Amino acid sequence: MEKTHVTATVNGDVKEFLCDPSDTLLQVLRDELGLTGTKEGCGSGDCGACSVLINDRLVCSCLVLGVEANGEVVETIEGIGNGDKLHVIQEKFLEHAALQCGICTPGLVISTKALLEENPNPTEEEARYYLAGNLCRCTGYDKIIKAVMDAAKTMREDA
Amino acid sequence: MSEAQDFKYIGQRTIRPDGHDKVTGRANYAADLALPGMIWGKILRSPHAHAVINSINTSKAEADPDVFAVMTHADIPNQTASGIQNILAKDKVFYHGHAVAAVAAISEAAAERALSLIEVDYSILKPVMNIDDAISSDSPILHDDLFTKGMVEEPTAPSNVASRNELSKGDIQAGFAEAEVIVEREFRTATVHQGYIEPHACTVRYDEDGHSMIWCSTQGHFAVRATTASMLNIEQTKLNVIASEIGGGFGGKLGVYLEPVALVLSKKSGRPVKMQMDRNEVFMASGPGSATRNRVKIGAKKDGTITAMEAKLFYEAGWAPGSSPLGPACMTVFTPYDVDHQYVEGFEVVVNKARCAAYRAPGAPQSEYACEMVINELADELGLDPIDLRLKNVAKEGTQTLYGPKLKAVGLVECLEAAKSSAQYKAALKKNQGRGVASGFWFNVGGESSVVINMNEDGTGTIVEGSPDIGGSRASMQMMAAEELQMPVESFSAIIGDTQNLPYSNPTGGSRTTFATGMAVVEAAADVVSQLKERAAATWNVTPDQVEWKDGTAINTNGEGVLSAAEICGSAAKTGGHISGRGNISARGASPSFAVHLADIEVDPDTGKTTVLRYTAIQDAGKAIHPGYVEGQYQGGSAQGIGWALNEEYVYSEDGKLENPGFLDYRIPLASDLPMIETVIVEVPNSFHPFGVRGIGETGIIPPLAACGTAVSNAIGVRMSELPMSPPKILKAIQDAS
Repeated sequence: MEKTHVTATVNGDVKEFLCDPSDTLLQVLRDELGLTGTKEGCGSGDCGACSVLINDRLVCSCLVLGVEANGEVVETIEGIGNGDKLHVIQEKFLEHAALQCGICTPGLVISTKALLEENPNPTEEEARYYLAGNLCRCTGYDKIIKAVMDAAKTMREDA
Repeated sequence: MSEAQDFKYIGQRTIRPDGHDKVTGRANYAADLALPGMIWGKILRSPHAHAVINSINTSKAEADPDVFAVMTHADIPNQTASGIQNILAKDKVFYHGHAVAAVAAISEAAAERALSLIEVDYSILKPVMNIDDAISSDSPILHDDLFTKGMVEEPTAPSNVASRNELSKGDIQAGFAEAEVIVEREFRTATVHQGYIEPHACTVRYDEDGHSMIWCSTQGHFAVRATTASMLNIEQTKLNVIASEIGGGFGGKLGVYLEPVALVLSKKSGRPVKMQMDRNEVFMASGPGSATRNRVKIGAKKDGTITAMEAKLFYEAGWAPGSSPLGPACMTVFTPYDVDHQYVEGFEVVVNKARCAAYRAPGAPQSEYACEMVINELADELGLDPIDLRLKNVAKEGTQTLYGPKLKAVGLVECLEAAKSSAQYKAALKKNQGRGVASGFWFNVGGESSVVINMNEDGTGTIVEGSPDIGGSRASMQMMAAEELQMPVESFSAIIGDTQNLPYSNPTGGSRTTFATGMAVVEAAADVVSQLKERAAATWNVTPDQVEWKDGTAINTNGEGVLSAAEICGSAAKTGGHISGRGNISARGASPSFAVHLADIEVDPDTGKTTVLRYTAIQDAGKAIHPGYVEGQYQGGSAQGIGWALNEEYVYSEDGKLENPGFLDYRIPLASDLPMIETVIVEVPNSFHPFGVRGIGETGIIPPLAACGTAVSNAIGVRMSELPMSPPKILKAIQDAS
């Protein structure tokens, strides 16, 4: 099958790549661009491990085709924070021990960023429902929700 | 040790050393390694639950220009290797999803396409899908050569019952004769999956002359090496297994599925090979945890003194005999109770499902669920508070267990008392709400752990350990080394060594890592201290016993002089070469961890939907090295147990096909399904560990089954006896009762 030329802004960099029309954005990110921080847990949009932002909109990259990223702005876990300076969300996940195995963490950090951009002051229930698309099997979510609420508070205070 | 100790570093909530990599996406998991020239492997799986393989024709796949290698069972070099038939089926398939053949091709999509070119001719057999059918006299027999082990009389015909276990103490009949109240019930639990988010994956490279390499996600890379080296007839020194970061295991990544296949494909193709299971393959062909049918009978006097406890347990093994956790199920079922007369009989049954794998406290959740449900019903019958009934019969130091040892100091009394005084136990319940309490017990294991601490020229140290870190154990290792060396936690990094860097270590399992590998870290750190003292002594021209190690420095007690680790390590070349400490141990003295959980659940009587309102998990940690990650284990175990109790189950069609191999239909708890999970860390030190540690990873999944089972039963006024208590089942129970 003939490959398609795609140009997208990924984490602030303009990236060009060739992709098969059936390749998902997840495959492109991981296998073409080497951005393996975005994880595959299910390939069917059920687990949220592959969460990325396209034009600030939260999506499962396994449900988006690579060609659909043409001309769009994509943000992955590798674009969160600034070099060695972690984003507040990342800091709070560490402080609250909100990860165990860590495979769901990149997706949760991305989803939390989307949540707090939409709603800087969520209730616990709002946070739980917003993050219901991100499965974590290790933590029981308690410390994740505490980290999210603390990050929200800190970001409001810093704003 | 037995007294509480003062610690400088242990007990703090430090930032884990691997944390930065994990929140930034830099941490590399099983599927994250690509090698130059790498191709992709895929497995062809059986569409049938039970069938004879008449023939496999791979010629069309081999002719495909995108295909580099094709293999079947016959291509595994060691045809007598243990476990080989689960890697690739030989002449029969035993479950829907059983691996039959494999290909390696230029891309993942090409490999997928090539699978459809392989022609397999099957003769379909009737599948056996549950315990009742498997043990009935007219059931098809899975294995003609399977004769039940452990029977009093030698069996003369093959059977689907693989083995019988029996444990006994006291005189069970005399015990029931003393009883004034007897409760007897039967319970069923469904097939469940560990549900780790990271699918099994590996990248391998076969090297004819030198050192082959496997990069994979596993709980035990030494076990992967042993299994794979055996199947390929290669020496262990020529196979290096690198444990990637692991995205959850819960026992399900103790087994080997892909690695030998990938290495044979690499050998045949001359290329590095990557394999990754799809999510549906994970559900179909890895895990699961046993479905069970368990009957428990308990007798007591009217004052609440339990006189006799009896259980008859049936555990599915999947298709492969010996794969169920029947042994631990029998061992654990009654351990929270100090009762003289106990009897357990257990049976392992083969069915046409995937080979069962360990799942967090393997076997214990199902058997203890049955016991704890009966205990709660007995409390109701006797008009006693369920915690008081437990306290009256509680296992404690000196209690003779059914399975062998007498208990040393354990913390069950403290857990029960903490439950009784908890805020949740006092909270008022409204209409359609119920509360359940349950205890849990897991024995924990020790085993072999190897650790080296390499001291650097600047006085910092690198801890190299052989235990894959699933939940933050590197932080614990760092803290234990810091404590022993009296140096800041940040002075140490902790990494998981490859199989070629360290001697053998047992897998991460049995809640052994912080306990046993922690002991090895302490031993290695003590070795470093003694070498640092020797070097300081050589510098000062005194004997090592004239040197004291205090606050991370050597002090000359025979004169003046203080040397830091940095100074000693910086001049190590002049005093005998660089310093590394070693701890290669076989740890004994793993001490049990008991837990008590409280669940408050509301049931919508119109739909059967459950809402967990409040949840408290209380457990004895001996000593919590990192309290944050100890709480995390309690909470994570609780969540898995809640999922097991309320929603999770494998659903099969009549012809044995798994109908819900995905997270949409096998629904594990979401953030919106759970409340905050309160935790209480009880600390009754384990005298065998230098800091008092008990393993804590597994116990937490045990109590939720009966805590939720009882809470739902109390909410609807009907005794539930089957898991999961999904809304349709609860609704039916309500309707049947009215």
